[in-house]
Amino acid sequence: MSLATSPIWPPADPRDRGGPQQPLLMVRGLQKHFAIRNGVLGRVAAHVRAVDGVSFTVHKGETLGIVGESGCGKSTLARLLMRLIVPDAGEQIFDGDAVGVQGGISVKDLRRQAQMVFQDSSSSLNPRMPVQGSVAFGPMAFGMPKADATALARELLTKVGLNPALFGGRYPHELSGGQKQRVNIARALALKPRMVILDEAVSALDKSVEAQVLNLLQALKRELSLTYVFISHDLGVVRWISDRVMVMYLGEVVEIGPADALYAAPKHPYTQALLASRPSMDPDRRREEAPVSGDPPNPVNPPPGCRFHTRCPHAERVCSARAPVLGDAAAGAHLAACHIQNPASGHSLAGRPVRPALH
Amino acid sequence: MSTTVSNAPPTGNDAMAAPRQRGYWGTVGYRLRYDPVTLFFGAVLLSVILAAVFASWIAPADPYQESIIRRLKGPGYMGHILGTDELGRDMLSRLLYGGRLTLLMGMVPVVIATLIGGGLGVVAGFAGGIVNTLIMRTMDVFYAFPSVLLAVAISGAMGGGVTNGMIALTLVFIPPLCRVAETATTQVRNLDFVDAARATGAPLRLVLWHHVLGNVLGPVLIYASSLISVGIILASGLSFLGLGVKPPEPDWGLMLNALRQAIYVNPLIAALPGIAIFITSVSLNMVSDGLRSAMDVRS
Repeated sequence: MSLATSPIWPPADPRDRGGPQQPLLMVRGLQKHFAIRNGVLGRVAAHVRAVDGVSFTVHKGETLGIVGESGCGKSTLARLLMRLIVPDAGEQIFDGDAVGVQGGISVKDLRRQAQMVFQDSSSSLNPRMPVQGSVAFGPMAFGMPKADATALARELLTKVGLNPALFGGRYPHELSGGQKQRVNIARALALKPRMVILDEAVSALDKSVEAQVLNLLQALKRELSLTYVFISHDLGVVRWISDRVMVMYLGEVVEIGPADALYAAPKHPYTQALLASRPSMDPDRRREEAPVSGDPPNPVNPPPGCRFHTRCPHAERVCSARAPVLGDAAAGAHLAACHIQNPASGHSLAGRPVRPALH
Repeated sequence: MSTTVSNAPPTGNDAMAAPRQRGYWGTVGYRLRYDPVTLFFGAVLLSVILAAVFASWIAPADPYQESIIRRLKGPGYMGHILGTDELGRDMLSRLLYGGRLTLLMGMVPVVIATLIGGGLGVVAGFAGGIVNTLIMRTMDVFYAFPSVLLAVAISGAMGGGVTNGMIALTLVFIPPLCRVAETATTQVRNLDFVDAARATGAPLRLVLWHHVLGNVLGPVLIYASSLISVGIILASGLSFLGLGVKPPEPDWGLMLNALRQAIYVNPLIAALPGIAIFITSVSLNMVSDGLRSAMDVRS
């Protein structure tokens, strides 16, 4: 019997089936390989391993930040979570219900409860539709009369700080980037979702507008008790908004943990390098050399063993021989997929506390 | 709402907002109303169509009435406002009546081909993969033949006549319209707003209707309207070869052909059917051009 049926824990949301302890989203071994075809016959030449066995958990009411370099599979992961792309393997459990399988919830039901804000604020709005029409589309598709949906859209525009009398009838090209992203947020909220996936939602905005939108997101989260999956390459923004942070490298999760713990004491050498790459506020501590050299290897043919061993300062034989495992992410645990973290791995530094020992 | 954060614009001030509260087609209509060039050519086109429809009321004479002694006379001769043709028939009446078959053969195939070809193209573009390959490679087979040759071959195989001519022209117009629709759909399909619409969980048919079709319709309609003038000329070509309209039925293409030999006797008369085709084509192109500008809400 779940906690939701107990009188001590009255569910705040009638859609809350699993109770507060049930994670809102659990992802196990999610995988997507894109086939590269060539020649007239379209023969599959290779696979891009965009997302390769990703597992994580998002708890109710938290913000999970996902960081990583360009091309590490962050955006593919976001689209997989919305089922805009069909995964090759892996399971996705939304509030205790498996998505898209017999006995679970359908993709359509998932999309009523989870929405997404896209990175490119311009191309994610229909250029031939007044913006309030874009916001009202979702509710109308679920049978709300047009007048009601438009009223809801205008209310949501107000909520995201746009005067509907002034902006509702405008076309996307008549809005600035920040205003468009506010419309995108309003659209994502139109179906009253419980989870919002923000795929680089503020990355294209300039800094002052970015701050406004981030404040808006925080305020909306409190008011509507939302859960966020916040994807970004901006380490500072992710730290500010996230409760927990997940670091991705070449389609895999390398580290996951509470934001404060992860930023204070990163365990994986990649996370250490990533954090060291942030510009310092102190000119005396300015670093001259890159914390990690080279580009990420090609995801078509990722290195064997640990995928980071080609760039890792601590790489040893064991790193190229065996892939380290992340371990099962219990609530709040700080885990890293690195042999150094596993005393039994045979790595010479294993079991010893790792300092950000790059320099 | 309590969560309005930062730069919330001032409320009120609806005077600025008032003219913006109209839908997409309302905006297009509003913009067309303030485009004098398009309005002018639209009026010309409308009068050509109305003149053809009401030819039996307007025409001053019987378009089949021949006269040996009044052949190839210039405008104004004995009450013939635009003169007479090589058999002494009243040119104005023949032009008015000729507009019926000519416009019919120009427009009907384009309308049908837009529905079939456009539909196939949207399906091919949105579905992608094997469906796209099947549809588009079939269209490529038709593309292998020059359009005039294809029209002649099809209507030749089916025999002459207006209906067969229109069927032939429809088949000729399907591949290019399909390709324009497919290209536009493929472009639109890959934009984030289609994914965003899918992410709402809306049924595919609503996503297609509201988000894809609206953005594909523009280029397809504009291309289709420019095809009407091609259709008129191709229909004239078929009639010229004896495959479309049969004499003595009046048709601009057929008249152009018949009066070809009269060009040294009375060049003005010989040019009249050409002028009619020209005016109609130019009007069509100008209207489709104006439509394109009006439908592009970004400009």
